[in-house]
Amino acid sequence: MSTQITPETVAAHGITPDEYKLILDIMGREPNITELGIFSVMWSEHCSYKSSKKWLKTLPTEAPWVICGPGENAGVIDIGDGQAVIFKMESHNHPSFIEPYQGAATGVGGILRDVFTMGARPIANMNALRFGEPKHPKTRHLVAGVVAGIGGYGNCVGVPTVGGETNFHPSYNGNILVNAMTVGLADKDRIFYSAAAGVGNPVVYVGSKTGRDGIHGATMASAEFDEKSEEKRPTVQVGDPFTEKLLIEACLELMATDVIVAIQDMGAAGLTSSSFEMASKGGLGVDLDLDLVPMREQGMSAYEIMLSESQERMLMILKPGKEDVARAIFEKWELDFAIIGRLTDTGRMVLKRHGAVVADLPIDPLAQASPEYDRPWVTPEKRPVVDSASIADHDPIDALKTLIACPDLASKRWIWEQYDHMVLCDTAQRPGGDAAVVRVHGTKKAIAITTDVTPRYCLADPYEGGRQAVAEAYRNLSAVGALPLAVTDNLNFGNPQKPEIMGQIVEAIRGMGQACRELDFPVVSGNVSLYNETQGTAILPTPTIGGVGLLADVGTMATLAFKAAGHSIVLLGETKGWLGASLYLREVCGREDGAPPPVMLHRERRAGELVRRLIGDGQVAACHDVSDGGVLVAVAEMAIASDRLIGATLDAPHTVALTAWCFGEDQGRYVLEVGDDDLAMVLEAAAEHDVAARVIGRTGGPAIGVGGQAVAVEELKARNEGWLPAFMGGEIAQH
Amino acid sequence: MKAAVIVFPGSNCDRDVAVALEASMGAKPHMVWHRDTELPAVDLVVVPGGFSYGDYLRCGAMAAHSPVMREVKARAAKGMRVLGICNGFQILTEAGLLPGVLMRNRDLKFICRDVHLRVENDRTDFCRLYRTGDVVRFPIAHAEGNYSVDPRTLRDMEDNGQIAFRYCGPDGGVDAAANPNGALGNIAGITNERHTVLGLMPHPERLADEGLGGSDGRLMFDSLVEALS
Repeated sequence: MSTQITPETVAAHGITPDEYKLILDIMGREPNITELGIFSVMWSEHCSYKSSKKWLKTLPTEAPWVICGPGENAGVIDIGDGQAVIFKMESHNHPSFIEPYQGAATGVGGILRDVFTMGARPIANMNALRFGEPKHPKTRHLVAGVVAGIGGYGNCVGVPTVGGETNFHPSYNGNILVNAMTVGLADKDRIFYSAAAGVGNPVVYVGSKTGRDGIHGATMASAEFDEKSEEKRPTVQVGDPFTEKLLIEACLELMATDVIVAIQDMGAAGLTSSSFEMASKGGLGVDLDLDLVPMREQGMSAYEIMLSESQERMLMILKPGKEDVARAIFEKWELDFAIIGRLTDTGRMVLKRHGAVVADLPIDPLAQASPEYDRPWVTPEKRPVVDSASIADHDPIDALKTLIACPDLASKRWIWEQYDHMVLCDTAQRPGGDAAVVRVHGTKKAIAITTDVTPRYCLADPYEGGRQAVAEAYRNLSAVGALPLAVTDNLNFGNPQKPEIMGQIVEAIRGMGQACRELDFPVVSGNVSLYNETQGTAILPTPTIGGVGLLADVGTMATLAFKAAGHSIVLLGETKGWLGASLYLREVCGREDGAPPPVMLHRERRAGELVRRLIGDGQVAACHDVSDGGVLVAVAEMAIASDRLIGATLDAPHTVALTAWCFGEDQGRYVLEVGDDDLAMVLEAAAEHDVAARVIGRTGGPAIGVGGQAVAVEELKARNEGWLPAFMGGEIAQH
Repeated sequence: MKAAVIVFPGSNCDRDVAVALEASMGAKPHMVWHRDTELPAVDLVVVPGGFSYGDYLRCGAMAAHSPVMREVKARAAKGMRVLGICNGFQILTEAGLLPGVLMRNRDLKFICRDVHLRVENDRTDFCRLYRTGDVVRFPIAHAEGNYSVDPRTLRDMEDNGQIAFRYCGPDGGVDAAANPNGALGNIAGITNERHTVLGLMPHPERLADEGLGGSDGRLMFDSLVEALS
């Protein structure tokens, strides 16, 4: 191709003039358009992590149970008995805003591939979604499309979508977040990696054919949105979950043989990044004949073939002479199979099209010279602590009725009933609890999974917010009785070239790192999504944490639903009534100010250990962590979840103002339901663990009562479950 | 009893139903790939849930013409029992083994939740351990479960006891509020005239294990084992 490389062409590829100089140095000549395209995607923020790498390196990534940390397709942890859990979370934010169904669907497809690429059968999907304010004219359309897309893909591939979280805030009006997570199960001694090996070994392409969809998706994911972004709809890929299902089965069948040297999915930047990264990790070169790539359309150029992000494709290096074994399996599953090249010892990527060399790039220099920026940043200004006494009291029952039906706390049943959350018949805890729990098939073990972050805390104080996101994940896993093992992170922020945004990134990562270290909860995989801005307005900083824990015996698992009347309600942890940056302040008082509640990591750890011990010993009837909305909301949620809508009467202490006690979001707390026989032992165990514990009421009756007022659980449930269907049904005024 | 589970490209409840069958039978069922033209000697064939052929064209339409389905139809004609669950039910209607069609849900959305069903006929091999009028809880997970059939066939089916399950409330009341997908007469499952073929949208295999929160579905597999052993 003879396209002239002009400064405009370079800029259109998202490459800065300095980066272009580096390209000229590496190449020793002017690149052609195909080569420039390859540089642009490999050096895009999405693929290179150039703004965040310096800070990501500070995160703790090791523990005795970590088999593989960040750097591979997904993280791998040991769950004993020769088994491993493989998981990762990834964003598909920009495509989902432009085309919500396909954007979200292909987000699910991509993260599934990251996990089964490594040899794991996917056993659960999760997601974390952020939409704009409900009254924004696009919000309903986006919610409907994203949910249908996630369901459409996950339901068809037969992997249960077992939980997640969904929030609404005006900062996401022009830039929603779709973070999808997959958890898979593998044998510890059959994990597959991506480093190529063996000069002369065949490079094999399997899966769907390559088309022109998704060209430059990685570059799109690395730029701010503007009013023209919707014109980029053709760069959103189209998913085919049926092919993905076949690909999962074919890959797992092939992996059970012994013919794969290395394997990698073609995700962002498609054939470019997969072939490039595999060769680079193996210190080898690669020759590809692009004429052999299965193509869906005629007349595709080398540039288009290399940058296509067509879905459901994988690249493998096979052992020599094993091509026929692999071919037979892929033919059985009616998938394309093509040997498109060989590994070489040249250290170069050489691409041919129509018999001529169309690109010839050095692999290591390109990978190693990948820009890494130490972008300027400023520490976000600390916000003043809100004095709870300065906040006007509202009737706590009225406030509870408002909070339980507010968009962030309202039941998300309308969403998760569109997801098949039961297929594979191992979902021991369905959506709606603190963490989803799926059994390890054929054993009594189970995996608990949660996704968490409180973006309003992160905006108020990214360091504290980063700590809180990790602590809440730790707490949610502990609340079902699972030992927290590791996390995946999905860091969603605005434009890192703005020092205040870069400051949010740096501080949030510092907070997360500290919490992960103190809680023995290392980061094993992750994804960074920057430039989440539209017309200069950034989203709330949203470092989503996906936490994974292990239950040794699923029979001991706790749930949040009240089980019986006449039980004691015990509050673990200290309550000072912290209302700064709380949901109460936002939803009831219309204020979004104040410093967020501080997280005391040593207390978090002790409380978590205590809760897991009590659950393991069968001493609690129900357990729920206290988070958004505080104690009164937590207790109401336990009542709403109970089959018989068992209520509770609470006895608030006089040491804290009633409103602050009910709705304060002090961290490190859990609400337990405890039978009379166990109460003394529970309180004694709390004292032993140095965790504050206080009986705050009893279960029973049809209502939630506090401070002499009460509201029927049935009414709370109707409010809690009513908001989202009414909103999606158009019954809630939008303006 | 000997059983086989048919596996189509896109089936995804094949393992789930095999696990439930094994729990009731004490032996693993045969897993039969859709391209096979021969069926092992079995008493029961299960056509499982999922998205055979991606549900492209129309749910179940392509699977109904798979090589193995010719053999399933031939054996069903000789009286072999056939159970179709969810996508399997759709396939059996497309294959002509059961009357009627399954259309898009009334609300046009995929629905995954537990529903209550009223057992309408306990005098079949599939339901002999239930009692007519029993209310059971099975999950549904489908986007196309809205059953329809012409009035004359419906009347014949009702007269002949071919309605196996209807969606109902927790107290057994069959009304519009208990109908999740718009199905005619709240129909959730039907049999053929001889009651040797059952198709149903709800998934008995998903609540056949107390560890998953219920075991009402287990009785269907136990019924088959008792009837066919």
